[in-house]
Amino acid sequence: MLKINNLHAGVEGNEILNGINLEVNAGEVHAIMGPNGSGKSTLAAVIAGKEEFEVTEGTVVLDGEDLEDSAPEERAHKGIFLSFQYPVEIPGVTVTNFMKTAINESRKAKGLEDMPANQMLKLIREKSELLGINRKFLSRSLNEGFSGGEKKRNEIFQMAMLEPKLAILDETDSGLDIDALRIVANGVNKLRSKDNAVIVITHYQRLLEYIVPDYVHVLHEGKIVKSGSKELAFELEEKGYDWIKNEAVV
Amino acid sequence: MDLKDKLISSFMAFESNVDIDHPVHDVRVEAMKNFEMKGFPNKKQEAWKYTSLNSLQKVNFSIFPKEVNALEYKDVKKYFLHEMDTYKIVFVDGIYSSFLSETTHDGVDICLMSSALTKPMYKPVIDVYFNKVASNDESLTTLNTAFSREGAYIYIPKNKMPKKPVEIVHFATGNEASLMLQPRNLIVVEENAELQIIERHQSLTSNEVLTNCVTEIYAAENAIVDYYKVQNDTASSSLIDNTYINQKNKSVVKVHTFSFGGKLTRNNLNFYQNGEHIDSTMKGVTILGEKQHVDHHTLVHHIEPNCESHQDYKGIYGENSTGVFNGKIIVDKIAQKTNAFQQNNNILVSDKATINTKPQLEIFADDVKCSHGCTIGQLDEEALFYLQSRGIPKKEARALLMYAFANNVLESVRIPELKTRINKLIANKLGVSLGFDL
Repeated sequence: MLKINNLHAGVEGNEILNGINLEVNAGEVHAIMGPNGSGKSTLAAVIAGKEEFEVTEGTVVLDGEDLEDSAPEERAHKGIFLSFQYPVEIPGVTVTNFMKTAINESRKAKGLEDMPANQMLKLIREKSELLGINRKFLSRSLNEGFSGGEKKRNEIFQMAMLEPKLAILDETDSGLDIDALRIVANGVNKLRSKDNAVIVITHYQRLLEYIVPDYVHVLHEGKIVKSGSKELAFELEEKGYDWIKNEAVV
Repeated sequence: MDLKDKLISSFMAFESNVDIDHPVHDVRVEAMKNFEMKGFPNKKQEAWKYTSLNSLQKVNFSIFPKEVNALEYKDVKKYFLHEMDTYKIVFVDGIYSSFLSETTHDGVDICLMSSALTKPMYKPVIDVYFNKVASNDESLTTLNTAFSREGAYIYIPKNKMPKKPVEIVHFATGNEASLMLQPRNLIVVEENAELQIIERHQSLTSNEVLTNCVTEIYAAENAIVDYYKVQNDTASSSLIDNTYINQKNKSVVKVHTFSFGGKLTRNNLNFYQNGEHIDSTMKGVTILGEKQHVDHHTLVHHIEPNCESHQDYKGIYGENSTGVFNGKIIVDKIAQKTNAFQQNNNILVSDKATINTKPQLEIFADDVKCSHGCTIGQLDEEALFYLQSRGIPKKEARALLMYAFANNVLESVRIPELKTRINKLIANKLGVSLGFDL
């Protein structure tokens, strides 16, 4: 589904990603771990098409299509979803109106009519129940005054609404207490299928107890320095990142 | 001949068409003297530092239209709030159009200034209110006073509320190469009475129009007045709008100004709180593009204790547009327990756009709450990326953010049809259609 080949990217001449190679197939869950500043969030943003980052070398290919010239919204229409580490507050736009706009813009891009209002409401109700989201919450301004946990839950709600092919969860576990973590993870698991894939970016192995990965990759200085099965996550939790760093140097 | 000289010489012609024995004419003559002395304001004056009237003074404006022009309702329908029933006071090139208007004398007077200034039955109201709150110092206001003859006259007696809102619409047909209009409105809302007004100036061609409008509003005890100014005129139209509001105890007056069109717009909005427990609200949304200039000058004079004022102006400036916000708040020594709030937030969406914003607080009382804040920023790139990553195209995402930015100003619009209309105008101005109203 997703093929990243020798990806180099950075900001204003500072290279952050140093030749990433990654292949994600439908039905798989990949975890990307690594110390602070290793380039995890940059990788997520580059896949989602953030213009601030310049790709200097390599390719990101989704279903055989090079995404180089695709704007973030086009990538979204092709099925990429990024759950933000820090979701942005948008005062004045309610969660419901935001979702309506997002869904209908995606449908428009696919040449479809707007989703009928009753169908939209049904979908919103269904998905908000999945994530235990209170109705009142839906008429509030997007992320404005939300707690850290509410913001993350809202991200997964958006994911549930948009049903992406490839979901990238950027530190979705940060700021969540254990109950919220369980709800969010549960939501993600319910959305998993043989046709979609998930990339989980995280510092800690904690989230991976709930969203069990097929593969774990360790990112260090903009490169994947180690890949393995889910056991690698436990090993990292135990030993920290230093042994990987040392290994990388050797 | 420049515009000032032309106006001075036109005054003689004007005098031959009005009743010079009416007491109002003494007011006109006095005002004309004042204008002759002061002339047009210039950039050396602090209040006119960022707005120049120089180029307008070089235009050879017709002061009086040569003929009465008829308009078909179907051709101008879109400028009315036709989704709902309203009273209408309509002028075409400065002359009252009975054909397009719908006035009333059924318990309230919603009619013409020309009648009010000539018919004896209105004299008691004219004697008490005409030119009593409008400034005798401000030269453009005195110019309007000198030529005051036509406009809207609205009198709402005690405990009354008209069945529907009133639209005051001024059309310019373009039959003159360039036309100057000076409408004069008088609005009196007595105790416990209520009134909603929507005002619009609309040119129908690309011929130049300059409107110098004065509106006096008197809100008696417990009166409620909502005034909506829709400024979406053509690129060759300029407007100097002077509004003076005198409020008594417990009255609530809200003025919303939506500035989307026009070449040069200057809004002088003045509130005088002559009583206690008064609420004065000024809100504005300004969205400007190529070669547009809007200058909002507000004044709230807190004269008595225990009153409130709220100001909230939002501006979105594109292309090479320029904006000015100057908000003056005066709190007299006696006006303790005043709450005065002022907010002016601006987004510059172009490198060439300019905004000058200035709060001006003169506070002589010591037990007051006054706050003011102004911001000038750009659209948040992270927020744009967030919206785009959800599949919302960049253009729509930008519009959505600008919509959201202006949103809370629309919240207080109490006529749903107008709110929808303003939403559409905003979407139109931003060049998008969004699937929902905020």
